Amino acid sequence: MTLFVHVLLRDLRLAWRARSDLLVALSFFVIVASLFPFGVGAEPERLRAIGPGVVWVAALLAALLALPRLFEKDAEAGVLEQLLLSPEPAVLWVAAKIVAHWLATGLPLVLLSPLLGLMYRLEGAGLGVLAAGLLLGTPVLSLVGAIGAALTLGLRGAGSLLALLVLPLFVPVLVFGAGAVEAWSAGMGVSAQFSLLGGGLLAALALAPFACAAALRLAAE
Amino acid sequence: MNFFRFSSPQTFYPLAGRLVPLFAALAAACAVAGLYIGFFVAPSDAVQGEVYRIIHLHVAAAWMSMFIYLVMAFWSAVGLGLGTRLSFYMTQALAPTGAMFCFIALWTGALWGRPTWGAYWVWDARLTSQLLLLFLYFGFIALTRAIDDPRRADKAGAIIALVGAVNVPIIYFSVTWWNTLHQGASVKPGGSSMASVMLWAMLLCALAAWFYSLAVSLARARRIILERERHTEWAAAEIARRGAGGRAD
Repeated sequence: MTLFVHVLLRDLRLAWRARSDLLVALSFFVIVASLFPFGVGAEPERLRAIGPGVVWVAALLAALLALPRLFEKDAEAGVLEQLLLSPEPAVLWVAAKIVAHWLATGLPLVLLSPLLGLMYRLEGAGLGVLAAGLLLGTPVLSLVGAIGAALTLGLRGAGSLLALLVLPLFVPVLVFGAGAVEAWSAGMGVSAQFSLLGGGLLAALALAPFACAAALRLAAE
Repeated sequence: MNFFRFSSPQTFYPLAGRLVPLFAALAAACAVAGLYIGFFVAPSDAVQGEVYRIIHLHVAAAWMSMFIYLVMAFWSAVGLGLGTRLSFYMTQALAPTGAMFCFIALWTGALWGRPTWGAYWVWDARLTSQLLLLFLYFGFIALTRAIDDPRRADKAGAIIALVGAVNVPIIYFSVTWWNTLHQGASVKPGGSSMASVMLWAMLLCALAAWFYSLAVSLARARRIILERERHTEWAAAEIARRGAGGRAD
């Protein structure tokens, strides 16, 4: 368990030192989300209709953009090999790295999302539903994305390959996340969507670190 | 007979060589019979007229595309669990055929949808999840091709195939959910009770697709075996026997 905490704190410290990178990913999130009104028009009704979907798609893309950094630096510096050689179970530190990655890249998206929601004329509790959905959904993106990041580690064209691998897997999260806000606006309950997102999060939490650790072993061989 | 005898590429190679022509002949026979019944014998549909006949290709392709992904996941699990090289070869031999059937299913679906639904593309749950399945196939193929070290490519492909297989039902469920939220049920062909002649044509076409997949993937597996086992004595001899031109057999 101490290993988990150590890796978590180390990765957070590194992320903080390279915070300009994080800002770039965040700006990307905001820019993508603010492009849509130029393309489809800015009538309040239309904005309200597409808002949740746009914010979610932007969050998906921002998460994708941040994924290659998850293991890249450590692989170059040889840290990954050392961690794989350590007697501790790999799942532990892999989980710690994913958690740190989410705290550094996913959580800021969640915190920023109400602002974007305001730009799309979402109101009151709708903003809360959007942020809560992202709070449940973005960890799934980090967990599932980490498998893809580990599989494509060190390959040529890793970025676009990663997109092809993980974006289809992100679809369910997008459906339930954006669907929750839509259901809320339509006056329906959101417990079904949130339960499904939560269930997905638990399943990803239980399975993804194992797949990710196996993929990292391959990459380091 | 020891079944595991054929898990060695060296013993599997000649077996596959004997099976390929057999399956190819069966595929051709079933395809001819199925298409003949489907296009000439089966009556016109009361509601859809002649358009429905494309269903004979469409259903077979759609079934195959989903089934092949399952088989790939199965071989991936066997390969990762038992460490058998042949399982990985089979997974990679199956992938292009699965992607092709996926594409055929989408294409024929679009051709059928235009006169029936009034649009080439409808965001129908089954169509959409078929499209995502195509992306999963592309992802698998792209990943295994992008990795230079063949052993890493094998295992990485197996991992992504398994991850995809876990996700396929989730994707299908989520897309069905999304579909019912966004739009009412799509136009469904009226009177689902099919004439038995149509059913026969469809089954024959499905069998043809099945045998075709077996024949093509076994033939492809033979090529992969030769390529990957070229350092062994028997494979080198086989390559020399077949010559640089690579005759069909």
